[in-house]
Amino acid sequence: MSLAFDRVSLVHPNGYRALADITLKIGAGERVAVIGPSGAGKTTLLRLMATALRPSSGAVKTLGIDPWALDKTALRQLRARIGMVHQSPPLPLRQRVVTAVLGGRVGTWPLWKALASLAYPADIAGARAMLERMEIAEKLFERCDRLSGGQLQRVGVARVLYQQADLLLTDEPVSAVDPALSDRVIGELSREAQSRGVTLIASLHAVDLALHWFPRIIGVRGGEIAFDLPPEQVKDDMLRELYAAESAFVPTQSGPAIGTAAPVSRRKPLCS
Amino acid sequence: MAQNADRVLRDPAALPRVVLTALVLLLLWPGFRLTEFDLGVLFDPRNRETMGRFLGTFFPLAFSGEFVRLVVKSTFETLAIATAGMTLALLIAAPLSLIVTRSLSIARIGPGPGLWRGRLLRIPVRLALMVFRSVPEIVWALLFVRAVGLGPTAGVLAIGITYGGMLGKVYSEIFESGDTRPAVALLEAGGGHVSAFMYGMLPVALPELVSYTVYRWECAIRASVIMGFVGAGGLGMQMELSMRMLNGGEVSTMLLVFLLLVLLADAISAGLRKVIE
Amino acid sequence: MAAAVAGSFAYLAIDAGQLFSVEAAAQMWNYFARFFPPDFSPEYLAQAWRGTLETIAISAIGTLLAAVLGMLLALPASGRFGLAARIASRFVLNFLRSIPELVWAALMVFAVGLGPFAGTLALAWHTTGVIGRLFAETLENAPPEPALALQLAGVRPAAAFLYGTMPNVVAQFVAYTLYRWEINIRMAAILGVVGAGGLGQMLYMSLSLFQQPQAMTIIIVMLLLVAIVDAASAWLRRYLEG
Repeated sequence: MSLAFDRVSLVHPNGYRALADITLKIGAGERVAVIGPSGAGKTTLLRLMATALRPSSGAVKTLGIDPWALDKTALRQLRARIGMVHQSPPLPLRQRVVTAVLGGRVGTWPLWKALASLAYPADIAGARAMLERMEIAEKLFERCDRLSGGQLQRVGVARVLYQQADLLLTDEPVSAVDPALSDRVIGELSREAQSRGVTLIASLHAVDLALHWFPRIIGVRGGEIAFDLPPEQVKDDMLRELYAAESAFVPTQSGPAIGTAAPVSRRKPLCS
Repeated sequence: MAQNADRVLRDPAALPRVVLTALVLLLLWPGFRLTEFDLGVLFDPRNRETMGRFLGTFFPLAFSGEFVRLVVKSTFETLAIATAGMTLALLIAAPLSLIVTRSLSIARIGPGPGLWRGRLLRIPVRLALMVFRSVPEIVWALLFVRAVGLGPTAGVLAIGITYGGMLGKVYSEIFESGDTRPAVALLEAGGGHVSAFMYGMLPVALPELVSYTVYRWECAIRASVIMGFVGAGGLGMQMELSMRMLNGGEVSTMLLVFLLLVLLADAISAGLRKVIE
Repeated sequence: MAAAVAGSFAYLAIDAGQLFSVEAAAQMWNYFARFFPPDFSPEYLAQAWRGTLETIAISAIGTLLAAVLGMLLALPASGRFGLAARIASRFVLNFLRSIPELVWAALMVFAVGLGPFAGTLALAWHTTGVIGRLFAETLENAPPEPALALQLAGVRPAAAFLYGTMPNVVAQFVAYTLYRWEINIRMAAILGVVGAGGLGQMLYMSLSLFQQPQAMTIIIVMLLLVAIVDAASAWLRRYLEG
């Protein structure tokens, strides 16, 4: 079992209830997309999975372990097995891309190796291979502040690929990447998960990407799970209801394709 | 192909980094020799013993009646040196800054015989101001101590000269940066230098002048303490004497008074400047 | 205000009339006339050159030491090791900074003896206080997300600091250190008047030996050094901006 949530709630210090009573099981090697309107609790859900947040009530098991029962060292070792792609890549702008990617594995390196790698990159070939999969190998020795938002996001994904984590969590990893490349990036993540048999959980804003690449879709609204189904069983009216509060349209990559006014029968992804 | 892959996988920043590091080390190495850098001296047992004994005497602070009276006297002396020095600086800066302010030149309005005379006067004055402020106050103090003897007079002269040079330059900059049209208009209408300055320039520039002068006075207090170390009177001179006698308690008391004095001057000058603005 | 001025002169027992008398002016003229012409003999110029190098070395090594110590103190001062460590390290930094370089120099002459090493240490102490505070502020203003994200990937705090925080602050640290070095070159030139090496010590010795022309040479060299440093730093700044 990769993830188990048992009646998990999260109440922010200001009293706002971000997640209520979530019960959820995700098996090893599963690929799950989390969709839902902004503010539904997608990011909070992923941060709970990543052990970045501690639940207010309920029990969380990540990779079969209760992270909040661990001591510091054990928690660190657990976290090194979790790879998280953040929506806005938290990379120092003056760092070089190669160092940023290698940063993914510093959690498993001894301190001397981390230090030595700052003087001369420890694994240039490894970093380059990951960047190649993101189609930005030519930026290997560039500084992060020379990159566009989309390129930076792909460096963030390359770092997590390089980490070789057992649990891949991605929070809107392609929000700044153009549609064609988005498909490629999600495809790479999906392939990575399948080839190494690790779990992939992605929150996505574009519904078409989710339906195309993931065998399991979780719809989140108002801090609760609205549905948890394979993509073929996700119906248009369910999507419309999920996004009802946000806008008239179900968000996809190429704009308003599944309109509420005129139901579209197409289920195929809109991106090439 | 393999060669190409090799080149791709080589960090292009490595060589510049090595060169830069080597260069810095190469330049710093003689530095360590020139400064006779030897941390061993700090931990040399004999040295450590003397220093330890000296540092040990820093506490408790010295508070005997006679010493406190001496400290109070030196503190007032320091304040007086700063104030008198600033007065002297003002006396130097006021006329000289007027001479170097170009906006006040009558000759510039219409070319005439005065043009060259004005320039000839301005250049040496400018040069004098530059020499005054470029030589650090402690060097002036060192020179004046040998000219007029140990004591506060040397301190007053040193502050007067250095700060006169600074004030003179800054004053003329303030005059130039303000609105010079009223003064020029008065000059064009046939007014004299003094009246053009008094009615056209001073009213605009006054707050900034006072504010800068007060700020400099604050600096002068610090400077007068430091100049005491070369014998120019005040708190610094007493501190130097106490150090020579290895009387740590007195040194620490005076350091404390110095810090309080700086804080006090800071508060007074901030208050004064707020009033002006 | 006028009372304060009058009071000051009265307290110091300075007779303004005597100070500005013709006699005093003549005396002063005679005194300063003895400084000319400056001693430009090759032997003395060679000595002055060595003094200049010593001055630059004092400022460079002092600033380098201060950068290292300042960095070490800035870490706790930016609140990374808890409130108690923050307050304690801030107190140390403030203390180091409050005591002027020249007072430190006088103290260090007692600690390690006359010579450039005392000047180096004096500059290092004071500059540590100044630089440490600037470093701590930079650290506090640096975005925390990169290091937090690394810690979330199991990176221990020390390495997360190196990979997440340092890249964002290191350029600022270098800029502060160079800026302080510039100030310290000026300071190192005069610290010697209390015996802490460099040009200042040569000036002090030549004045004590009544060799005024040599003192004048040293003063000129000091002015030149400061002018060159000014020009170089202005050039560097324009180069870095442009």
